[in-house]
Amino acid sequence: MSKKIVVDPVTRIEGHLRIEAQVEGGKIVNAWSSSTAFRGIETILKGRDPRDAHHFTQRFCGVCTTVHSIASIRCVEDALKIQIPDNARLIRNLIMAIQSVQDHVIHFYHLHALDWVDITSALKADPAATARLAQSISEWPQASATYFKTNQERIAAFVGTGRLGPFANGYWGHSAYRLPAEANLMAVAHYLEALEWQKDIIRIHAILGSKNPHPQTFLVGGMAIPVDPDSQNAINADKLALIGKLLKKARVFVEQVYIPDLLAVASFYKEWAGIGGGVGNFLTYGDFPMDNSGSLESNYFPRGVILGRDLANVMPMDEEKITEYVTHSWYSYSGGDGKGLHPYDGETSHNYTGPRPPYDFLDTDDKYSWVKAPRYMDQPMEVGPLARMVVAYARGHKEVQETVNFVLGKLGVGPEALFSTLGRTAARGIETLLLAQKSELWLQQLTDNMGRGILAVHNGERWDPATWPKESRGFGYHEAPRGALGHWIRIENGAIANFQAVVPSTWNAGPRDPMGQMGPYEAALIGTPVADPGKPLEILRTIHSFDPCLACAVHVLDGRGTEMVQVKVL
Amino acid sequence: MKVDETSPDGTLPEAILQAWEARGVGRRDFIKYCTALAATLALPPALIPRLAAAMEADNRPPVIWLEFQGCTGDTEALLRANQPTVAELILDRLSVEYHETIMAAAGAQAEEAKWAAVEKYKGQYIAVVEGSIPAGDGGVYCCVGGDSALNIVRKVCGNAAATIAVGNCASFGGIPAAAPNPTGAISVQQAVPGATVINLPGCPLNADNLTATIVHYLTFGRLPAVDGLNRPFFAYGKRIHDNCERRSHFDAGQYAEAFGDDGHRRGHCLYKLGCKGPETFHNCPTVRYNEGQSWPVMAGHGCIGCAEPHFWDTMTPFYRRLPAVPGFGVEATADKIGLGLAAATALAFGAHGVASAFRKGDAMESDKVKKEE
Repeated sequence: MSKKIVVDPVTRIEGHLRIEAQVEGGKIVNAWSSSTAFRGIETILKGRDPRDAHHFTQRFCGVCTTVHSIASIRCVEDALKIQIPDNARLIRNLIMAIQSVQDHVIHFYHLHALDWVDITSALKADPAATARLAQSISEWPQASATYFKTNQERIAAFVGTGRLGPFANGYWGHSAYRLPAEANLMAVAHYLEALEWQKDIIRIHAILGSKNPHPQTFLVGGMAIPVDPDSQNAINADKLALIGKLLKKARVFVEQVYIPDLLAVASFYKEWAGIGGGVGNFLTYGDFPMDNSGSLESNYFPRGVILGRDLANVMPMDEEKITEYVTHSWYSYSGGDGKGLHPYDGETSHNYTGPRPPYDFLDTDDKYSWVKAPRYMDQPMEVGPLARMVVAYARGHKEVQETVNFVLGKLGVGPEALFSTLGRTAARGIETLLLAQKSELWLQQLTDNMGRGILAVHNGERWDPATWPKESRGFGYHEAPRGALGHWIRIENGAIANFQAVVPSTWNAGPRDPMGQMGPYEAALIGTPVADPGKPLEILRTIHSFDPCLACAVHVLDGRGTEMVQVKVL
Repeated sequence: MKVDETSPDGTLPEAILQAWEARGVGRRDFIKYCTALAATLALPPALIPRLAAAMEADNRPPVIWLEFQGCTGDTEALLRANQPTVAELILDRLSVEYHETIMAAAGAQAEEAKWAAVEKYKGQYIAVVEGSIPAGDGGVYCCVGGDSALNIVRKVCGNAAATIAVGNCASFGGIPAAAPNPTGAISVQQAVPGATVINLPGCPLNADNLTATIVHYLTFGRLPAVDGLNRPFFAYGKRIHDNCERRSHFDAGQYAEAFGDDGHRRGHCLYKLGCKGPETFHNCPTVRYNEGQSWPVMAGHGCIGCAEPHFWDTMTPFYRRLPAVPGFGVEATADKIGLGLAAATALAFGAHGVASAFRKGDAMESDKVKKEE
């Protein structure tokens, strides 16, 4: 007996995602991932000032709100051969790191946790037993019976109104929920705790970036936030101290709340270490430069490609081997849809062939998504925290290896457990811990620079378009919270001639290619158990483990040879 | 709880203070909070007790939050809300019946929650819309649950008591509507011409302006007074330039000439680096972002005009200064530009001053866009 189920909208993600899956004998045997919204921002970028591009691309996404600014600025800097000052590198590292830390914690508690945590069960917990549980796994001081009782009463009062708001219609009581009541209460209390924490620590973005979401101090050539110990209008001792305080608060929360919770919850769901592995190919560009040499080897997280889960063989990454297919995406290529194109040679032509809304099912044999299918050496690739941790682990990165081994040891599983829904979720926690710890070093280095009178934040030598070559092109990379992000730009006569982004969720959420190979979401769903097809909680678990961000994933690129608008720059 | 809802000096009744203390909110914090809220809303202190009383009542209005061609930036802004916090909003202040980013339910169960709320609370719920609505090609560019954004927004906003458009995309079309507007993106007001819509533009909007609008609604039972672009006066009544902390440097002719130069480090005016403050109506300088931490000009980058209609086309290139004028004539020029933009936008949007149950008979009904002389 085969049944096709649809999950649309997939909630607790960024953007619009639809999953169609075929269930037979209580397991998923086929799956299709579709993005159902499209904006066309690359088309909008055409002909504009390349120095403005980062403001536009940042609006790809308001969750990973800094990442497209970084990638966009880097591709322009690559095209124009601009070296940024050391302070700009450090400020960017701090902004990028705290983005990942904050984003990952929000993902764990507010987007992912309710797949594992049953809120209604928390109401049955004994607050004193919850306090004992919390104190047994962490030093976190907020762990008294009174604290958990207060949280429980708050939820109970809310449930008592009979109006459950965002918690209405959840899969509460589903047989796949395994946590004891006390673990549920602890997680729910920390859900509320994390809501408070995230808005506080993201003030680092406001200090260095003016605001969050959509910080506004990025610049081609560096940063717009001045540093000067003797000015009240710049980053001075006072601001450094505040950043330091917030970084510590971020690190302590990750060490004492997020990681212990992750381990506690994971220990009840170990069978998920064998579910949701996906394509088994991993790609990472590497990021977080530890010095200003511009060398790839200076990145804290290294670059590399792994095929077929072969940890013994990490290959170098070469961006020229990336292509995108549109066989199953709502676009068409002039040379035929069966061929892949490199981002520099992309084409624009959206071509919706799907059903007219309202509809029940997509035509999954034909085109069925606004996301393209990126491939590396014609292979589908998973990107994200798991790809970063696996490549770093395989390349002998000492801190990654130690932390990964610690987590795997706590759970009593081997490295093969990484290739799973649980492994993906654990990898996210591992890198959060590493970045939260490393950030304090970058703040120290910025402080040392300022103390030595090094105040430059912007290299303006090539700010004036008159200094640019007539034609140039560049590749900008960044390891965003959700994975490998690449922007490719062509600049002609001072204006954007072509802009293309291949973003993490494009890699992960993409549809099939002409060879019939599934994208990572689709592949990861195969074999996932579904206890109740009417309540596909298990689908959410695996899809959420990728932390989907669909607004980013959908984009169009611009063909060469289209007529360009000449931008006049005064 | 019955309380006298006004007091000449704004002192709060003991009963309310004790009730909040029992919830773990200290009286000083609560008084500070009410005072700040009144200031954001530009209300006289005498009305502070009324704000406090409104926060006492268990009158959580149902909210349906829709997202279409957005980036979730406005939702993320909501998560940064501090007065009230997002936890207080979703648990204590509002009854969020549908919000894809935070709701537990998914797929059919999520859809069911949405349509059940529309049915159950017809004419009573607040719709919040994030992102523009693609009207091109029959609405195929954004579908949720197998139906188009266009169909959904008409059903949901058409039956709402009021709609709050959050962020520039929902207010004016935002980035998807920037030239050449590949998907035919339109604003909420354009998609549902008959609906009562209040616009809270910004990219993203400032969370404080959203919470202030909601609290205003809870307190007075209607939305705040708005200008010709349906933006509340309390947040969009003045130009950035009017309240800018660097204004004195502008007046003294002290400008940053390059990023990182001496003037830039010392907080001089950013006009020559492309600041759009003189043409932008928004309360960033007074409210700031992330609990009052900072805002773009304070952090050394010019304003990009993100609260203005079509700013992606009218304010770019972002690093090019406003039409250069000798001496201090920028004021007159900026006024003209501001008026020109407003007039052009008013044309594009058609007639305003939508009749509304909340504004009928309201003395502020007559308030249409008036630039200060």
